[in-house]
Amino acid sequence: MFESLMGTRSTPVKNIVERGSLKAFSKAIGDESPIYLDESVGKRSKYGCNIAPPTYPRVFDYGEIQGFHLPNVGLIHGKQSFHYERPLLVGETVMCSTSLEDYYERNGKSGLLGFLILKRYGEEPEGKLIFTEEQVVIITEAVREGMSS
Amino acid sequence: MNIVKEFSVGTPIEVTLPPVSRLDLIKYAGASGDFNPIHTIDEEASKAGLPGIIAHGMWTMGNLAKLFTPYYEEVFLEDYSVAFKGMVFLGDVLTLKASLVSIQNDRYHFDVAAVNQKNESVVKGSAILKRY
Repeated sequence: MFESLMGTRSTPVKNIVERGSLKAFSKAIGDESPIYLDESVGKRSKYGCNIAPPTYPRVFDYGEIQGFHLPNVGLIHGKQSFHYERPLLVGETVMCSTSLEDYYERNGKSGLLGFLILKRYGEEPEGKLIFTEEQVVIITEAVREGMSS
Repeated sequence: MNIVKEFSVGTPIEVTLPPVSRLDLIKYAGASGDFNPIHTIDEEASKAGLPGIIAHGMWTMGNLAKLFTPYYEEVFLEDYSVAFKGMVFLGDVLTLKASLVSIQNDRYHFDVAAVNQKNESVVKGSAILKRY
């Protein structure tokens, strides 16, 4: 399953760290720090502007890996990690892409489970890396059977 | 802003959140764009075999990271990695915890967790803060 798609990266999509979206996100995680939201605090900070919370990249569009389709129900988010070269800055443009890194199966309590390892990248328009993200998505046997039928 | 000097090994930073409400999850769905209905609609949660709607794992992970926000003038979150260990239901009371494990040169290594009212870890992982 998925072998032919391994390592294929989506075409990068242009995203912008928008102030309004950042505000809604900060509120939603109960992290309304002035370093994210108060322009004057951002300006006086070492960043010279506001920054985004570390899990904010959830809102970005990463494009699609051609030929890769997952059902949007029945998946379990098993693990999640972020690596940052530096924080995301308000107003900046981030080129986002994703790739399928690995897939393997293991026996679990509810039958054979599939583990998908997805990687995501956020880069400056010139190509310099800002962050990477890795997620482990668990696919249950019931869902996998639905996909292959 | 707080200062990094306050960090000491073995002294955890802790915050207890108000009980998880449906509105928390509706807000997160809207703000994040994750509209998987098992997080907001009862019928969809029971169709998926769940006893009720569950919080987005990323909602908990996002909340947990706020323990570090007051320090971002001196450090940034270089690595942040968690496993989603258990489901979070409406009314659950989560306590967010971060404890400093070691300091290696300019990096502060933390263990992090979100623990529910039954003392079960629902999210568990690690974080590295890098000093400027």
